[in-house]
Amino acid sequence: MSKQYKLVSCTINGKQVEKMVDVRASLTDMLRDDYRLTSVKKGCEVGECGACNVIIDGECFNSCIYLAVWAEGKEILTLEGLAGPNGEISDIQQAFIDEAAVQCGFCSPGFIMSAVEILEAKREFSDDEIRKLMSGHLCRCTGYENIFRAVKKTMLRRLGKEKEADEV
Amino acid sequence: MYDIKALYEAESVEHAIRLLIEHPEAQIIAGGSDVLVQMREGKRAGKELVSIYGLDEMRGVSYEADGAIRIGSLTSFSHITRDPIIQKHINVLGEAVDMVGGPQIRNIGTIGGNTCNGVTSADSASTLHAWDAVVEITGPDGARRIPIHDFYIKAGVVDLRPGEIQTAIIIPKEAYEGYYGHYIKYAMRNAMDIATTGCSVNVRLSADKKTIEDARIAYGVAGPVPMRAPSAEKAAEGKPVSEETVKAFAETVLEDINPRDSWRASKAFRQHIAVVLAKRALKESIRLAGGEVNE
Repeated sequence: MSKQYKLVSCTINGKQVEKMVDVRASLTDMLRDDYRLTSVKKGCEVGECGACNVIIDGECFNSCIYLAVWAEGKEILTLEGLAGPNGEISDIQQAFIDEAAVQCGFCSPGFIMSAVEILEAKREFSDDEIRKLMSGHLCRCTGYENIFRAVKKTMLRRLGKEKEADEV
Repeated sequence: MYDIKALYEAESVEHAIRLLIEHPEAQIIAGGSDVLVQMREGKRAGKELVSIYGLDEMRGVSYEADGAIRIGSLTSFSHITRDPIIQKHINVLGEAVDMVGGPQIRNIGTIGGNTCNGVTSADSASTLHAWDAVVEITGPDGARRIPIHDFYIKAGVVDLRPGEIQTAIIIPKEAYEGYYGHYIKYAMRNAMDIATTGCSVNVRLSADKKTIEDARIAYGVAGPVPMRAPSAEKAAEGKPVSEETVKAFAETVLEDINPRDSWRASKAFRQHIAVVLAKRALKESIRLAGGEVNE
């Protein structure tokens, strides 16, 4: 076919951007290739592993099965967008380090973005609810317990429950 | 990159219909969690796509003038689960679609896509069958409405003619008023799995909660398409709320269903769990309706 392109304007990590995008591109392709946001991993590329997970208008999506052209007018947040003004990492990222929830690191950005959706809800979820909200991700290194602890501790700390967090 | 021959983005329902007529070979893409995966697998590679994902007019849950619940076909599973109208009148549908895939899939997957792919295992389909849902299809000659039972023609094939798209799913008022239901998905994992068998039951009890006025049951993966179990429904209609009624209802299911052997499970196993699920789902529906089954 003759190549088909479309101008896609959106907000990525708080910045208004626009680029001509190949209509065949997935959002993963666009974020990695056009914007060099390499936290967005190419894992299974069929929406099963969650490594490409990003937040679009406040909800988590597997960007591998989301057409880049659909990003028009949307607000997208990737792991890079969590960094502070001087590049500091966020509390949830630090918790992943502290809890040894990272080994090879390939699944971590996806997991962390799902955790961000949980934390942004600003309420306390039960253990079962956290497990369910994190269930769209696969990790083949650490297993899930350390990841679960990192999310739960950060949730409790953000709610001011330091003591409960330390006991997790 | 996907192997897409050409992408046409619809700007309205009318535009989508026009695009489908201009490009008769094109495949409709809604959320894409089936279409793009099949494209990746090579099954739909090299196809033209008509994207309807941008049509916000097809999103959301509302009441129609006669009290029927209208679910726009592009409403995502997670939005159905969180919707106050669904929670008030047909909470079981919200619970059923909350068992599809994982959280990210539930944000992109649409109820229209879940039914238009004609798959028997769709978590929404058995509940929609069990609640007498009506499908609204819009095409070049306007809109038509058909019962969801007639929408399914055979495995993977639904009644969408050239130029037509499914625009809404409607639950009539008489189909939901006074009914309480429960859905059970039997699968190997709690997330990211397809139902081995799914069973959706709902009941309407008499005012004193002692008699089953009406019971409805539908299955996914008990045949090539989602199906009701009419003999079982008859076996419970007008019967007292009792252990015997529940047992008779569940066992009669075997007269209606026709599961097959597959790599996921054998026919015999599916028949076995179909009876167990019918029993459990009916008991839970009775409980939700305010009744009590004495053991």
